[in-house]
Amino acid sequence: MAKTIKKINEKIKRGKAVVVTAEEIIDLVKKRGMKRCAREVDVVTTATFGPMCSSGVFINFGHTKPKIKVGGGKVYLNDVPAYGGLAAVDLYLGASALPDDDPRNRVYPGEFRYGGGHVIEELVAGKDIRLKASGYGTDCYPKKELETKINIRDLDKAILYNPRNVYQNYNVAVNLSDRVIYTYMGVLQPRLGNANYCSAGQLSPLFNDPYYETIGIGTRIFLGGGIGYVAFSGTQHNPRVKRTSKGIPRSPAGTLALIGNLKKMSPKWLRGTSFTGYGATLTVGIGIPIPILNERILRFTAVEDSQIYAPVIDYSKAYPLGKETIIKEVSYAQLRSGSIRIRGKEVPTSSLSSYAKAREIANILKDWIRRKKFLLTEPVAPLP
Amino acid sequence: MVRKKRVVLTFPHSLVDKPITYHLVKDYGLVFNILKARVTPREEGRLVLEIEGERKNLNKGIKFLKDLGIRIEPLAQDIRWIEARCTHCGACIAICPTQAFTVDPKTRKVSFDKKKCIVCELCIKACPYRAMEIKF
Ligand code: SF4
Ligand code: SF4
Repeated sequence: MAKTIKKINEKIKRGKAVVVTAEEIIDLVKKRGMKRCAREVDVVTTATFGPMCSSGVFINFGHTKPKIKVGGGKVYLNDVPAYGGLAAVDLYLGASALPDDDPRNRVYPGEFRYGGGHVIEELVAGKDIRLKASGYGTDCYPKKELETKINIRDLDKAILYNPRNVYQNYNVAVNLSDRVIYTYMGVLQPRLGNANYCSAGQLSPLFNDPYYETIGIGTRIFLGGGIGYVAFSGTQHNPRVKRTSKGIPRSPAGTLALIGNLKKMSPKWLRGTSFTGYGATLTVGIGIPIPILNERILRFTAVEDSQIYAPVIDYSKAYPLGKETIIKEVSYAQLRSGSIRIRGKEVPTSSLSSYAKAREIANILKDWIRRKKFLLTEPVAPLP
Repeated sequence: MVRKKRVVLTFPHSLVDKPITYHLVKDYGLVFNILKARVTPREEGRLVLEIEGERKNLNKGIKFLKDLGIRIEPLAQDIRWIEARCTHCGACIAICPTQAFTVDPKTRKVSFDKKKCIVCELCIKACPYRAMEIKF
């Protein structure tokens, strides 16, 4: 009897669903075999926790007396500029925004200790945020200046909306030049001093559903500690890349746009992040369930780090010039071993996303499903 | 018995131009490695040393420095790992020249061994979550 999402949800409601993480499924398949696991396992949970710059929040801070129209004016949260070109009291704060007086890279390398991502972390943590806005004044919105404090408790709406998250695969960054470079892939020491990567590998959502057969528009997910949804394919979503024989992309490929109610999220899973010499961003915790509808889907979730490859790219020249020649392909198993061999040199590796936290999220989502707090959804439409 | 110690010396401006390290070598037979030095004009001097020598001489040498008015602290006090802010990403691991960070292969969690730290400060720039702090 073919499994359906509806049937899996009925099992979840009865507290009978078998749920394992994308890490646990690997050994389970080895022990019990594909066929049996495809029959017995209902849901595999995947997760990731890494810096994702294309993230931000929509806030409606409510009408003041007298009223102000921020659209066409300016608005700041804790001195970090937000986008106010939306009606009267809606705004969007991006994770990478910086205070106007931040020295940026004028004192090189800049520290970027406080930006949009940090404001979001503090907002979610329930701290008061200073809001400063100016408008030009109209007959119906006469107020021109506003300085007040906002708190997430009192906000009518606060929505996390991230245009591009959950990158399916990513580059491994190295530095072939003779000087230290500061990138969004971290500090890279000269002459192949280190190699940085950023993916949860075998736990990462889109490695476990490489052709987006279960994850689609409308899929309900764990987002920042609360509930979110896949809103659309993300910006730069590019499924047409080279893949391994098992269908795994060999370079950055699919992405997701995500949305969710910020008021229900937690600062533990939305962390303001600073990259020396590069900028501020937000680290986002995401968990996505995969319904095991058939053996083909199960086979994909059993993927392991040794079968997933990432391209090693030079960030001193090739990347900034847009001529990304691949120095080498390495597997996530090699990356996690602590060092990789490049051009005859043993290069120590570091991750920017946290595997330990990704594992924690996959387990939380597993727990939610087991405790009937989270039901699966049918995608409304597939991703391209 | 030969012993090794990593210490941070903080000395007042008045001592900056005194041949302090010379005495350590000559009078007490101590071998040392300067891991880091910072002397700012009209301020204090800071020297991070790894000193090696006979236990007896090591203690005498340290007493000599203290008597001169130099503040001596074990090195590890200077870099702080704020575990609550640490996400266990591992961005600090490859950058640290002394392997002060390790990942547990099972839990994938990062731990920090202060004893190995030489306060080069590389991890402060490399940690995106502000989990590493330096204290002067
Ligand atoms: S200060 Fe330098 S030696 Fe100490 S932990 Fe950081 S990187 Fe390692
Ligand atoms: S880079 Fe910072 S957050 Fe990441 S493991 Fe090291 S100390 Fe923890």
